[in-house]
Amino acid sequence: MDNLLTISPSPHAHTKETVSGLMGHVIIALIPAVLVALYYFGLGAAIVICTSIIGCVAAEYLITRYVMGRRPDIRNLSAVLTGLLLALNVPSNLPIWIILIGCVVAIGIGKLSFGGLGCNIFNPALVGRVFLLLSFPVAMTSWPEPVVNRMAYADATTGATILGQLKMGLINPGDVNLLDAMLGNIGGSLGEVGAIALVLGFLYMLWKNVITWHIPVSIVATVALFSLCIGAPIGVEILSGGLLLGAIFMATDYVTSPMAKSGMIVYGVAIGLITIIIRQWGAYPEGMSFAILIMNGVTPLINRYMKPRKFGESKAK
Amino acid sequence: MSRNLRILLNGIIAENPTFVLTLGMCPTLGTTGSALTGMSMGLATTGVLICSNVVISLIKNFVPSKVRIPAYIVVIATFVTVLQFLMAAYVPALNALLGIFIPLIVVNCIVLGRAEAFASRNGVFPSLLDGLGMGIGFTLALTLLGAMREFLGSGKIFGLEIYPESYGSLLFVLAPGAFIALGLLIALFTKIRTPKAC
Amino acid sequence: MKSSIVNMVLSLGIITIAAAAILGGVYSATKGPIEEAALAKQVDAVSAVTPAFDNDPVAEQTLITPEGEERALKVFPARKDGKLVGTAVESYSMNGFSGEITLIYGFDTEGTLTGFEVMAHQETPGLGEKMGVWFKPAEGEPGAEGRTVIGRNPATTNFTVSKDGGDIDAITAATITSRAFLDALARASRANQTYVENETGAVPAAAVTGATPKAAQPAPTPASEDSVVVSETETNTLVKAEP
Repeated sequence: MDNLLTISPSPHAHTKETVSGLMGHVIIALIPAVLVALYYFGLGAAIVICTSIIGCVAAEYLITRYVMGRRPDIRNLSAVLTGLLLALNVPSNLPIWIILIGCVVAIGIGKLSFGGLGCNIFNPALVGRVFLLLSFPVAMTSWPEPVVNRMAYADATTGATILGQLKMGLINPGDVNLLDAMLGNIGGSLGEVGAIALVLGFLYMLWKNVITWHIPVSIVATVALFSLCIGAPIGVEILSGGLLLGAIFMATDYVTSPMAKSGMIVYGVAIGLITIIIRQWGAYPEGMSFAILIMNGVTPLINRYMKPRKFGESKAK
Repeated sequence: MSRNLRILLNGIIAENPTFVLTLGMCPTLGTTGSALTGMSMGLATTGVLICSNVVISLIKNFVPSKVRIPAYIVVIATFVTVLQFLMAAYVPALNALLGIFIPLIVVNCIVLGRAEAFASRNGVFPSLLDGLGMGIGFTLALTLLGAMREFLGSGKIFGLEIYPESYGSLLFVLAPGAFIALGLLIALFTKIRTPKAC
Repeated sequence: MKSSIVNMVLSLGIITIAAAAILGGVYSATKGPIEEAALAKQVDAVSAVTPAFDNDPVAEQTLITPEGEERALKVFPARKDGKLVGTAVESYSMNGFSGEITLIYGFDTEGTLTGFEVMAHQETPGLGEKMGVWFKPAEGEPGAEGRTVIGRNPATTNFTVSKDGGDIDAITAATITSRAFLDALARASRANQTYVENETGAVPAAAVTGATPKAAQPAPTPASEDSVVVSETETNTLVKAEP
């Protein structure tokens, strides 16, 4: 099987881009968010991030080598990125064994069972995250309060996220301090708290041409417009929860998002709509991961109808 | 291998209704929350399958071909309703647990599928063996799936605690877990059945 | 076999007549046991939640419609030596996570909760499903005081979840189910209060007034008795299982 090569028709333009290079840029773009997480959640954040990255790389290596019987390639950094994204999507007091289960599911079921990098339909880190959310709902929805728990890991004091509190009717949208939400001084998963840090990462990736603006901007714009239409608090909807993290880093994953610009807009708008629908009328307070996974599943269909223009092809009439 | 044995084994391995034919997915996904419910559902279906196969094989020469499907459905529905009465009377707890899935045996593809594909073309004894084999195959598959979900989801097998429940993945108790577990089992079964193909 | 209108009608007719005969036979054979099983379930649930009794509460059941509601609840009086020792009330809530929840609650004559059993529900396994054990924890279990409902009286306890300002800790990650559970409890308690008033003429401790802020209603007062529908059901003539 390995020597069967599928080659697309020429021309084959060569660039200096490599898989590990792109992954490296995404990881660099995540550094501000990681620093914010370390600042607010301290020890817990460090433990979760390290465990998750090591767990994902180990899962990738062991499964490729011993289950699939192939030569593992862990130098392309994709497993490191999956591990980092998984860590940024969980609370900072998550027990180590749960993180490791998440790593095995993300890499094993989310990626390798489809054939490895480039073949997966769903974003592996989100597969891991949603698996954990459904499997261990109590551990996955007890978010440590920021700052006060810097030195605590297992015994951190916890609370619900802003979205969770809104859903249960404990607070009013007006009570939310949006400045705290921008800086990251709120309870939540590691990487979803610091809006400014996430936007910095977005700008870096735009500068380095790693991603285009279409998906993140269409998601955020849809969320803003739709919230306006149904009277939801726009600021809270955009700044809290995993919206920015998902829009910038998860929805833009090359493998699982549409190729054409028009497809990207459709994909982004749909993610925004589904997210708000789940947040407003669904059972869960946050719907970003579900929305991205649903649209991951629709991506092949979008790609079928919205193909990128081929090199040399003139604009259709 | 004698012909009878081959008919019996056909349903268990070569044409396992769940792992190979992927028929009857509704009860497969819906009743395998635990090994016990999976096994009960399998046994209930086996009972209906054997009875309907035998009766349909008996009446196959008297039923005009244009009305054979309604005739088979009436036979199957009769046995399912009888089964439901009996379960409600003597094992009410199990009946409540399986709920709507017992009446749904009527529309289980395996039962009508075997009636049409096997019982209407073969004698009474081979039909009985076919029903038994398919039933055992279905029961084994459901028990295995139920045991896997119960083990991963709540740390038990047949209610026997293997590890503390708080370490279980709730997902496997829920419906999505049924799909994931079934997918993994089908992959494993295919690998065992056809070692060279993959 | 070649199909003709005659043989099609004939064969289908014979098959359906045979099927009808079999079903009729099995139905009449299992009718008794099925009703017995249903009765036994109810008797078991009633005796599990009420203080010891020597009458037949299922035979003496009464329908009570709580004030301001349409649907009647079944109230099973438990008597010892002819004296009322408690009641079991079959209550329900539509506020659950998925579909209706049916529970049976036991009260003593003071209105204190003596037990409850979950009869039917479709809550999420592993979360809301835990209501059957969560609200009656074993003695000394961590967090037991916050969540046990048994032995508490609506007069002294605010039967709403602590997040809504009440005295009961909700099931972790299943607040909606917890609210539904307490909603059904409040409904049962109101029906029980009405029943005890009618039976003894005395005014027992105040009933719970709604488990959720939304469901909060003014407490029923003795003066509003005319709006309460009380009707005796026909005495149960089925085979009675021993309680």
